[in-house]
Amino acid sequence: MLELKEVTRRVAGVDHLLDVSVRLEPGVMNVLLGQARAGKTSLMRVMAGLDRPGSGSVWFNGENVTGKPVARRNVAMVYQQFINYPGWTVRENIASPLKVRRAGKDEIAREVDRVAELLRLQPYLDRKPLELSGGQQQRVALARAIVKKASLVLLDEPLANLDYKLREELRAELPRLFKDSGAVVVYATTEPSEALLLGGRTATMSEGRVTQFGPSGDVYRRPNALITAQTFSDPPLNTLPVELSGQADRYPGARTLAFRAHHLRLQKRAPEAHTFNMEVVSTDITGSETFVHMKQGDLRWVMLTHGVQVFATGAPVTVYLEPADVMQFAANGAALTPAREAA
Amino acid sequence: MKPVNQRAWFLVAPVLLLVAFTAIIPLMTVVNYSVQYVGMNTQFHWVGDLWFREVLASEKFWNALWRNLVFSGIILMIQIPLGVLIALNMPRKGWGVPVCLVVMALPLLIPWYVVGMIWQMFGRVDIGLFGVMLRDFGYNYENDPIDAWFTLVLMDTWHWTSLVALLAYAGLVSIPDAYYQAARIDGASRWQVFRHIQLPKMARVLTIAVLLRFMDSFMIFTEPFAVIAGGDPVFLSTELKQTVELGQKAAMSLIYFLIILLMSWVFYTVMTRDDGEPRQRGGAS
Repeated sequence: MLELKEVTRRVAGVDHLLDVSVRLEPGVMNVLLGQARAGKTSLMRVMAGLDRPGSGSVWFNGENVTGKPVARRNVAMVYQQFINYPGWTVRENIASPLKVRRAGKDEIAREVDRVAELLRLQPYLDRKPLELSGGQQQRVALARAIVKKASLVLLDEPLANLDYKLREELRAELPRLFKDSGAVVVYATTEPSEALLLGGRTATMSEGRVTQFGPSGDVYRRPNALITAQTFSDPPLNTLPVELSGQADRYPGARTLAFRAHHLRLQKRAPEAHTFNMEVVSTDITGSETFVHMKQGDLRWVMLTHGVQVFATGAPVTVYLEPADVMQFAANGAALTPAREAA
Repeated sequence: MKPVNQRAWFLVAPVLLLVAFTAIIPLMTVVNYSVQYVGMNTQFHWVGDLWFREVLASEKFWNALWRNLVFSGIILMIQIPLGVLIALNMPRKGWGVPVCLVVMALPLLIPWYVVGMIWQMFGRVDIGLFGVMLRDFGYNYENDPIDAWFTLVLMDTWHWTSLVALLAYAGLVSIPDAYYQAARIDGASRWQVFRHIQLPKMARVLTIAVLLRFMDSFMIFTEPFAVIAGGDPVFLSTELKQTVELGQKAAMSLIYFLIILLMSWVFYTVMTRDDGEPRQRGGAS
């Protein structure tokens, strides 16, 4: 178990991490979700021991490891770039952590075979990493992390540079690969959907803070603050000042209302639904879905609908929102009465 | 049948002309000279491979060739490691970077002949600072071929190590930070990082550095000409300058040219044979 207590790190007057306290368990995917520069990589570097926190402490299985150098911890890390030793074959690359540990010849051969099979790398064992495709290169990097039997595995946006199909494929495999290792696995991503697909637990990050940490589905459905909801929404969260809702009485204490793109509808379902007359700005059609960007005054929203919906730019469109789908936030951004799950 | 349009030749013609005048015609002129005897009244007599046989039988030629090879060997063995060492110790960020780059680039901007003249005076045992300092150790490049040799190596190193350093530096800064991080996590030593990350990642630029330095040092002419003006040591280029017969000059030039071509090809083939970079495909790293 990895525990961070009130970790803060400032570099050149800029807060990279602010008062971060989390407790990460082995056996589940621990996802760090946040935009670029939210502090995910900074946090991972502190977890690994590459950086020392300015204040606060890092504990691993009850031991204070705050100042312990990375080489003396048992950490494995996989990056967005495909990092392998360029001069070595895939076999030598996978064997490298074992050689550092001075494992026996038989053990090395056995382990390399096992992990190569797990990651379907057997046909490429005698090639150099740069002769492989991106997905295969990243598999080699993952193989090195697995073979190391590290107690802490840090995956820093490992799938970001892969194409869509490979990303789906590897994402599905990842939880399985590390499930029985007993390691604490941390996975950083910028994509909300990835956090949900991986399952496990998610810590949303923004401006160096962990804004919420819990089972991924819970954080998604019941964000404790506006910033968490925004971090955990793609397409971006739609917001609405309560006084423009036309039914301000319905939301006592709320300053800002928010709802996700798929909660805007073209059909009215409930009699108490909010009705908005918007103007279409643009539409993105993926085939199975259509994203309609719309505006009215200062409001900029996006609606997600199924199928192909064609709107002319500038055309008026009437959309409906059910009060039950609305998340409410107070003036300080804290969530109010998360009574109904805002799924 | 589709009519053949010959007008495309107009588009190719400028390049053909340019290459013909800059490379093919001069080279063929030299080839022409190399198989003829040129008499007093510019009368040409066909002599076949006479000049080639004469050059290859000449002891002076082989001595000069040998000296050239040793010289280039010493230059590479000093400048490549030294350049890499300098590059490894250059700063990666901050105000030191532009300062270093400018200082390193300065020697490269000085013409060959000027460098030769600088060292010719610098090394003089009567008025040169360098020469006076070493005078008591018996240094005198005008009399002693070994001292002259030493001065030439020193001069070339001063002039061209920067080039190697700058190329190696370019290779080094292109290595993503994550590699160093990964090495730290793996517990790699400074030497292991150099051997298994930096060196393979620099292989490409070092190949270029070795090729450039080899070709340039193998063709050395201006500096020995400026410093010792035809005295010892005699290199292929200075030997060539002293050869009188036009045909023999031409034959020697061709042999010289072919040696450089052959050596460069050997270097390139050996160094790119097994560097882990993908062939044909683009260099996604």
